[in-house]
Amino acid sequence: MTVKEIVKEHGNKRENLLQILHDIQNQNPDNYICEKAICELSKEMNIPVSGIKGTASFYTMFSFTPRGKYIIRVCESPPCHILGAQTIFEAIELKLGIEVGETTDDGLFTLEGTSCLGVCGVAPAMMINEEVYGNLDKEKISKILSLIQNKERK
Amino acid sequence: MSVNIIINNMEVNVPRDTTILDAAKKIGIKIPTLCYLADLQNPGSCRMCIVEVEGAKALQPSCVTKVSEGMNIRTNTKKVRDARKIILELLLSDHPWECNTCDRNQSCELQKLADEYGINEVRFQSVRERMPLDESTPGIIRDPNKCILCRRCVSVCQDVQGVDTLAPRARGFDTIIAPGQGDMLSEAVCVQCGQCAAVCPVGAISEKDDIDKVWEAIDDPNKFVVVQTAPAIRAALGECFDLKPGALIKGKMTTALRRLGFDKVFDTNFTADLTIIEEGTELLTRLKKALVDKDKNVALPMFTSCSPGWVNYMESFYPELIPNVSTCKSPQQMFGAVAKTYYASKVDKKKEDIIVVSIMPCTAKKFECNRDEMNDSGVKDVDYVLTTRELGKFIKQAGIDFINLPDEEMDAPLGTSTGAADIFANTGGVMEAALRTAYEIVTGKELPFKGLHIAPIEGLKGVKEASLKIEGTTKEWRFLEGVTLDVAVAHGLGNAKKLIESIKSGEKSYHFIEIMACPGGCIGGGGQPRMTTDAIRQARINAIYKEDEGRKFRKSHDNPAIKEIYEEFLIKPLGEKSHHLLHTTYTNKKEPSPKK
Amino acid sequence: MLKKSIAQILVGIDSNSVLSGARKIKTRIITEINKQGISDQVQVIETGSIGPINEGVVIGIYPSGEIYANMTEDVIEEFIRERFIKGRPYKKLLLSKKLSTGVDTTTYDSRKTQHYGRIVLENCGKINPEDIEEYIGADGYEALGTALEEKTPEGIIKTVKDSGLVGRGGAGFPTGLKWSFAKAAKESPKYIICNADEGEPGTFKDRLIMEGDPHKVLEGMAICGYAIGANTAYIYIRGEYQLSIQRLTKAIKDAEKLGLLGKNIFGTDFNFNVKIKIGAGSYVCGEETALLNSMEGLRGEPRLKPPFPAESGFLSKPTNVNNVETFANIAPIILNGSEWFKKVGTESTPGTKVYTILGHIKRPGLIEVPMGITLREIIYDYAGGMSSGKFKMAQIGGTAGDIFSSKLLDVPLEYQELQKLGHNLGSGAILIMNETVSIANFLTCCMKFFVHESCGKCSVCRIGTRQMYEAFKRLEKKEAYFDELETIKELAGELKLTAFCPLGQSVASPVLSALKYFGKELVQGVNPDKKHEPVTRENMNRGFKPLVYGNK
Ligand SMILES: Cc1cc2nc3c(=O)[nH]c(=O)nc-3n(C[C@H](O)[C@H](O)[C@H](O)COP(=O)(O)O)c2cc1C
Ligand code: SF4
Ligand code: SF4
Ligand code: SF4
Ligand code: SF4
Ligand code: SF4
Ligand code: SF4
Ligand code: SF4
Ligand code: SF4
Ligand code: FES
Ligand code: FES
Ligand code: FES
Repeated sequence: MTVKEIVKEHGNKRENLLQILHDIQNQNPDNYICEKAICELSKEMNIPVSGIKGTASFYTMFSFTPRGKYIIRVCESPPCHILGAQTIFEAIELKLGIEVGETTDDGLFTLEGTSCLGVCGVAPAMMINEEVYGNLDKEKISKILSLIQNKERK
Repeated sequence: MSVNIIINNMEVNVPRDTTILDAAKKIGIKIPTLCYLADLQNPGSCRMCIVEVEGAKALQPSCVTKVSEGMNIRTNTKKVRDARKIILELLLSDHPWECNTCDRNQSCELQKLADEYGINEVRFQSVRERMPLDESTPGIIRDPNKCILCRRCVSVCQDVQGVDTLAPRARGFDTIIAPGQGDMLSEAVCVQCGQCAAVCPVGAISEKDDIDKVWEAIDDPNKFVVVQTAPAIRAALGECFDLKPGALIKGKMTTALRRLGFDKVFDTNFTADLTIIEEGTELLTRLKKALVDKDKNVALPMFTSCSPGWVNYMESFYPELIPNVSTCKSPQQMFGAVAKTYYASKVDKKKEDIIVVSIMPCTAKKFECNRDEMNDSGVKDVDYVLTTRELGKFIKQAGIDFINLPDEEMDAPLGTSTGAADIFANTGGVMEAALRTAYEIVTGKELPFKGLHIAPIEGLKGVKEASLKIEGTTKEWRFLEGVTLDVAVAHGLGNAKKLIESIKSGEKSYHFIEIMACPGGCIGGGGQPRMTTDAIRQARINAIYKEDEGRKFRKSHDNPAIKEIYEEFLIKPLGEKSHHLLHTTYTNKKEPSPKK
Repeated sequence: MLKKSIAQILVGIDSNSVLSGARKIKTRIITEINKQGISDQVQVIETGSIGPINEGVVIGIYPSGEIYANMTEDVIEEFIRERFIKGRPYKKLLLSKKLSTGVDTTTYDSRKTQHYGRIVLENCGKINPEDIEEYIGADGYEALGTALEEKTPEGIIKTVKDSGLVGRGGAGFPTGLKWSFAKAAKESPKYIICNADEGEPGTFKDRLIMEGDPHKVLEGMAICGYAIGANTAYIYIRGEYQLSIQRLTKAIKDAEKLGLLGKNIFGTDFNFNVKIKIGAGSYVCGEETALLNSMEGLRGEPRLKPPFPAESGFLSKPTNVNNVETFANIAPIILNGSEWFKKVGTESTPGTKVYTILGHIKRPGLIEVPMGITLREIIYDYAGGMSSGKFKMAQIGGTAGDIFSSKLLDVPLEYQELQKLGHNLGSGAILIMNETVSIANFLTCCMKFFVHESCGKCSVCRIGTRQMYEAFKRLEKKEAYFDELETIKELAGELKLTAFCPLGQSVASPVLSALKYFGKELVQGVNPDKKHEPVTRENMNRGFKPLVYGNK
């Protein structure tokens, strides 16, 4: 969908900005909101670019730089932390060779830290795109990532 | 309705909706502030102004907390002082400690508070990343490292100017104030009005400093350096030397400029008078084409063009108005073009050897003099622009004891001017000056208003309008007999936008419109001494009207030097020479589009 | 019409299991259940990941808790017959692991709660949340009907006031009183907002309520709408809660179809529309005024109060904001009366409280218990005791909450008792930790959260949280300045006194309580010889890595 169509679907009132930004980001193959889209959005919604960027950059789910196809968001809040979130980060860093904030060379994964995902019952937890994974340990991480890698390589 | 409250054991009676801050001010108690900006914003976010209110658990921000009956307030207890100290320590923890080399040394609100609160140690380590300096535009320089995120600039750029260039970006500790597009101002649409620089409490936004370049020119024996001063300077420069807002210091300023080593001290007022002749004629010509020739292509209303901040805004936001904007250059640029041609030949100098320095209330003028169109004399028409604030520093650098200077007169002929030129400095002034001349051209009579002042377009109301019925026209102008001339005035770009939208929607229609980018007009320009509040704007305006009223000549067409330049050089308004030297063109710069 | 099912089959649908054919298997199970004639007793529910990963399609059985892995289509017939007709475990695919907290299940001790009965979670795990008829079967929407037909708005507000219900979003403000403010507001339209942002670490009660019984929340909102005179409502829900979003969306649609939401509800002239707004990752947006900004498409920074939302809220109109759990309490109160509600809980805080209990305990999960039970009871009666090690401390109310030492194991958990000790109940998350957790390390993590989530509007919180984080990092490495603890204490005190919004103010809670109960341990991180470095150009702005990830 074009920016224009997305705006049309939600209505061009400012109240709908977050929803529209979600949609714009989701349909971008690199999982981010590009400068061009922001400019178009500015015209469609009659909101200055500075206002759109100011809003979008406030929220951790939006990005202005290209990201991987899969965004791994590992929870680093206290409940996950005491049950081993750090080892989860390490396992992912080891497996994918990227640090927090980075994207793998094949463009598949971006690793991010996040605040509580609200699934602390299965801490430590992470989300890969919209899917939640809980009760994680090193082995599970490795399996989950391999599964995605295999699927993508096919 | 008023309420009784107690501040520091003193009883006060204040109106119901007063803030604690204002109530305290009333009895001479100063409460420190950083994010608060009179007339404009009080986000209550810097927390410097917190006070103890009996019964409240937390400390209360006095800039936003309204008084209530019986309130018992303490503004300087240990609790309050400790809290303010910690806030300052936190702000300073990531602040570059560069006061000595900072534009705001000695005029910085943060520095001053650190002094007042005796901050002799900062217990917190610096953790912020160093960010690059933004020197990308001719007028404004930003040092994000010094920013304390008070958001005064954001408020001004968004709410007053409606340009929406600056906005907060990211969040929490990583929050910065950044231009909408890209990281540098030049990548975004910024009209260079400098209003942000005028309100910044610290050295995070300032005008680009050109003092050294001017020193260099003055020190160069091969250069003939002339200076022009805009009308708005004479009512504000005194503030740089702790005089009251509105102190008139034209004579001292002239002496100071001469002692600084300028070869000639001239006046932008001269070309302000010239602007009136050219622009007035342009208006009458347009009216004639529309009314007599029934020319449908004539663009009316006509807009003034002397404010480069407005011109920049128009080119980016309303390029469809380009045909409506007077083709006259601003007085500063007319001056440059005339100085390097007419005056150069008068004193037998090569234009290359003349350096024109402008003293302007304005940062947009720094931008304007660098526009590609602005070299009609064959070289750059205006070489350097200094703001009022820079001139203040310049004079101090030269060791001139400004306050005790004698008064001197400006040089002829480019220093000769009228009261009509003075009032260019404030909102409504250009309109009034234009009508003083146009009305007299058309009717042969003086503008029929008390003191030649058009009361409805004076003052600080955002959008003002007036109607003038033309009666008793001379033969040549008979077609205007009985016509009611509708004019409007807006200052501050947010107000300009409102006015333009009301015209576009068909709700309003006018013949002539004056727009100045800065609130209050040039007297409230982005390069004027800090801080500018509405009260200070009004004081400066009053001073300007006083200056006008004290003049021998109060109408541009009465200026003998203007008569002379037409006789000797320009021949006639809108003539070939005028067209070449005094008029300009505009460019459609409608944005936004991706910059990278 | 009540379809009380005896058992539920939870089919874990996540990206892995889908790859292994989970959706096909779900359809197959339903077909088989119908075929074998037990569809009125066994219900199939779709849920997120059940736990085991890379074990093919995984299903769980509720309430017994077995987990079966690697389900394939060809075993389903046999599986259903064995497990539900014959009633014995299907050994072939049975995993030794039990359904633990499960994303969608609840762990609670029936011995305790049976006595009082559950209020908020009454239907969770019993009815199919995606079937409005089941909710109606469980007396659903009866309260709304009663309210519209028999009660005046004033009467409803009085009942809610009398019930003593206080908001469950953390601030503990009396709900009835809040409604009366919104009702008194003159301007129109008025709005209702259900705060489902739930960002407090360790809290996921609202999610389970929305996933397990979405209609209960909607019904509470509609009653509120009638009471205060609002016809439009929004649920502001965090972007991560995909299943809640789906279930609520469906619930709204279903209710509209039956005339329980939308125009002329129950044939009266009351109209009530509910829309969903999705957040985008920001804890502070749970603060009601920040939430309003976020809903208006602005940066989620808190607004100045006054004006309060009841006077000027969403789009500057009168707005009533309540938490999910608060709304879920409404229908039962209206249906059973305020006296009934007051029988549960303590005198000052009636009703139940839904807690999420986590950490080093045997059975982490969700419980609904009467107000006023103690930490000891929670750990040993509900959570099955410590999973490993000895109890060291608990953090009550999420990351913004106080840290309790073993001294406080027997304090009743309810608003007033805690206030006496200078503590707070907060959001209802209880994180229990054993002695392996170092206090400095734990607080570093807490502070990282605040740095991450501070909106940056006010200087004390923006810079103060970051400096706190740095200080605890130093303490953890035993490299803290000689006066670090005093500085921390002072800074925490100032945050409490001067921060713009409760986020900044609440940073003080974990810090000050930790200093109070674990000061001795923290002192060990101080290096008495370490003095402050004088500021020089070299150590200014040395360029630390930003803590907020993402690419702004
Ligand atoms: C930083 C912060 C985060 C909050 N997060 C939530 C939240 O996620 N959910 C919630 O219901 N209330 C949250 N609150 C409380 C709300 O501001 C508000 O008090 C509440 O939604 C009112 O509902 P109640 O009266 O039903 O409790 C938060 C408050 C603060 C200061
Ligand atoms: S390009 Fe225009 S709309 Fe965009 S930020 Fe700049 S001024 Fe605002
Ligand atoms: S902004 Fe103020 S405190 Fe900062 S370096 Fe400049 S003068 Fe000093
Ligand atoms: S104020 Fe202090 S630091 Fe600054 S120049 Fe003077 S002596 Fe040096
Ligand atoms: S100069 Fe004017 S337009 Fe540019 S950022 Fe400053 S206030 Fe905005
Ligand atoms: S640049 Fe200046 S005015 Fe703007 S936020 Fe920073 S300190 Fe305040
Ligand atoms: S009034 Fe403004 S535009 Fe006109 S000459 Fe003065 S500074 Fe220039
Ligand atoms: S109003 Fe005056 S000071 Fe402001 S931009 Fe225009 S010319 Fe410059
Ligand atoms: S206390 Fe923190 S979260 Fe609250 S307004 Fe201030 S910076 Fe924002
Ligand atoms: S703390 Fe990690 S999901 Fe809640
Ligand atoms: S001046 Fe009052 S909070 Fe900033
Ligand atoms: S936020 Fe107002 S100056 Fe700091």
